[in-house]
Amino acid sequence: MFSFIIRRLLVAVPTVLALITVSFVLMHAAPGGPFTNERNVPEAVMENIEAKYNLDKPLWQQYFIYVGNVAQGDLGPSFRYKDFTVNELIESSFPRSAYIGAWSFLFVMVFGVGLGVLAALKQNRWPDSTVMTAAMTGVVFPNFVMAPLLVLLFAVTLRWLPAGGWEGGQVEYIVMPIIAMATSYIAQVARITRSSMIETLRSPFIRTARAKGIPRYKIVLRHALKPALIPVVSYLGPAFVGIITGSVIIDQVFSTGGIGQHFVNGAINRDYSLILGITILVGILTIMFNAVVDILYTWLDPRVRY
Amino acid sequence: MTLINQQRKIVQRRGPSGSGIRHSVQGVVVLLVTLALAACSEEGEKKAGDEALAAADIRAPEARFQEHPESGERLARKQVLVRGNASEPASLDPQLVEDTVGGAIVVDLFEGLTRSGPDGDTEPALAKSWVSSDNNLTWTFHLREDGRWSDGTGVTAHDFVYGWRRAVDPKVGSNYAYYIESAGVANAGEIIAGEKPSETLGVRALDDFTLEVSLDQPITYLPDMTVHYTMFPAPRQAIEAHGADWTRPGNMVSNGAYLLHTWHLGEKLVAARNPFYREDDQTIIDRVVYVPIESASAELQRYASGELHMTSTVPVSQMARLKKERPAELVMAPSIATYMYTFNVNRPPFDDVRVRRALTYAIDRNIVVSYITRGEQMPAFSLTPPYVSGFDFRQPEYATWSQPERDEAARQELRKAGYTDDNPLEFELLYNTDESHKALAIVISQMWKEKLGASVTISNLEWKTFLSQKQAGNFGMARHGWKGDYNEASTFLTLLTSDSGNNDGGWSNPEYDQLLLEARSSKDPNPYYVRAEEILWQEFPVAPVYFNTTVALVSPMLKGYPENNARNIIYSKDMYITAD
Repeated sequence: MFSFIIRRLLVAVPTVLALITVSFVLMHAAPGGPFTNERNVPEAVMENIEAKYNLDKPLWQQYFIYVGNVAQGDLGPSFRYKDFTVNELIESSFPRSAYIGAWSFLFVMVFGVGLGVLAALKQNRWPDSTVMTAAMTGVVFPNFVMAPLLVLLFAVTLRWLPAGGWEGGQVEYIVMPIIAMATSYIAQVARITRSSMIETLRSPFIRTARAKGIPRYKIVLRHALKPALIPVVSYLGPAFVGIITGSVIIDQVFSTGGIGQHFVNGAINRDYSLILGITILVGILTIMFNAVVDILYTWLDPRVRY
Repeated sequence: MTLINQQRKIVQRRGPSGSGIRHSVQGVVVLLVTLALAACSEEGEKKAGDEALAAADIRAPEARFQEHPESGERLARKQVLVRGNASEPASLDPQLVEDTVGGAIVVDLFEGLTRSGPDGDTEPALAKSWVSSDNNLTWTFHLREDGRWSDGTGVTAHDFVYGWRRAVDPKVGSNYAYYIESAGVANAGEIIAGEKPSETLGVRALDDFTLEVSLDQPITYLPDMTVHYTMFPAPRQAIEAHGADWTRPGNMVSNGAYLLHTWHLGEKLVAARNPFYREDDQTIIDRVVYVPIESASAELQRYASGELHMTSTVPVSQMARLKKERPAELVMAPSIATYMYTFNVNRPPFDDVRVRRALTYAIDRNIVVSYITRGEQMPAFSLTPPYVSGFDFRQPEYATWSQPERDEAARQELRKAGYTDDNPLEFELLYNTDESHKALAIVISQMWKEKLGASVTISNLEWKTFLSQKQAGNFGMARHGWKGDYNEASTFLTLLTSDSGNNDGGWSNPEYDQLLLEARSSKDPNPYYVRAEEILWQEFPVAPVYFNTTVALVSPMLKGYPENNARNIIYSKDMYITAD
């Protein structure tokens, strides 16, 4: 196990470097630059701005300067938000998205797995069809539909909750973002759990357990749940990173100040350093949680060894 | 990773009961959540701070006025104005701001020599009076002596000198450096090009309260230009003490009616009354909260839920409904902005003026403004909007024709240019991806198709790609919007001079250039402007579509919103919130 983790860490460094390189090249290949504006400024003015941000240097030099700074933990100044560095932008926005994401993830696990197991146990009966109908509805309700609907219902019509803001993460401000974030994931997880649980319940070892007369709830909880969770974990590993790094929709609809908006705006504004900084963050988190998933496999399935 | 192993041991030790498994499932959940939170462990302390600041906003002082000192209206107990503000500003540094959202905040935080009055006319602000030399090459501004920075120190002419020098300083790298140059301030061009030090800029303090500006090109409208934030003073003390971080709450020193209180990127920016401001005892709004909401429909929902006093815009798709449901709250202020299509005159078929004329004639502008934009925009047949202060607005002859007459003339022009049913006009119309631009492009291209038999391809590009194509002259016909930087016709007409950096269509006319050059120093530039417009009516470098309006929703409780300010400059200190 220990050597497995060391191996993973060693592979992570070149992976992140490759990620930086590819993103860097792609970004500079996109037409326009961070300072392309509707109001075209005179050349001398543009030269001064570019010199200030090192954009006047050859591309390979910019690349090495950037990688050198990243190695020291400096992600550079934001080109769009001139009063901030990328480190500051990530420090202020990522905790908010992670906070919403962590709660969403908790709901996804509890409700997604719970409803999936329920549906599997009552296969083809009313609880199953209810859960599956709800899940299908949830899947087709992406957050860009869900978020405005929630606001319309709870903020505009009923006036129970504020329509947006963060205010230190107070409950009334984060309820709707969490629901909007979690819904489609809950639906997905419920569907995956259900089919995987049904399959597991048909396996020979479950039949053996039933033949021994073990109570049904014990069979489900003690024997069936662990193997049934393997596909769920495969799905949730990568999804987890997506959940905690937020969503542009959530940030825009609820003004949460999360990191999701920066990812999309960074690309639209050609904010090279911001988009690279977030790519690196998401890359590292993905590598980290893929490793976590692999470790979880060894626990869920004793046949897996590293 | 050791965490995981420990978790496993705990689970195993619980033994073979069913609840052990249940706990292990919970264990996984708790573990992953813990990891997620551990990844952002720094948040702990920060969040407490956030709450305190949020609480501070809520604890905004009770309003000082129970009723309005002049009108006697009953005022709300909390004078906290919440404004929708489209997006996060590029910067709060007056010399670095480059967008309307930043400008909206900066004009509350800072005060320049002049300001834009309720009707958009230039009024004195920190300058109580100004005189120009006979040749308009030297301007002297006399400053008020009661201007104060938010740290209590006095605002002097030296602060203006410092600010203007920053604007052109290559090291500061301001986008609006060209603004100082276009005002004709002596040596601005050389300083931007790095040929002279910024100390040589043609602006100096004769004493603490007298600012002298020397120009190398005469200009009659310098006071109008000083309304713009690029020409605001800058607080040397704060900039030298904090460097690039000087625009943060706590560091920033400003001289306007408000000072920066809190700034949570993507959530809100809060400004509080500046106790040192010279008219602070008359300022009614205590706190201003700017909420950056990029999606117009999300902003509308925030407004409908009662959390905003005013929006920055209104989704075009909702105009019809809002006109019915909230007619009293819908404000459609004229704006000094023109929506048009630019022809690339160096590329066939647009090198033929008859083609440009035909296409310009055939646009049915009434349909566009009544059924698509719906914001009481005015059909445009010329470049400079009528709302521009002091401008002698006239219209070309074809503006007085009926649309069928224009269509007939358009068909004749096109026939003369050699296009027939067998040889139809073919071209591409380029616009940047956006719902309203798309609607317009579809409808107008359909007009050309039906009336002129033209075969028009419309294509959209993502914003920056669109801009780089357009600026490289890589287009036939492209959407173009232009908003005036200052309230004087030259801000529009210089767009099409040969040396303009924004004349993407490449049209050039020596007489036109000469007229605008002469207008700069003329006591009454209007005859030059009228003549320049007349040239445009013959040459059609652009096809004007409509003069814009700024559409917003304004709460009935919010009073003092400048509905007639065509520059759309809104000073929070001029407004107040009534009790009901």
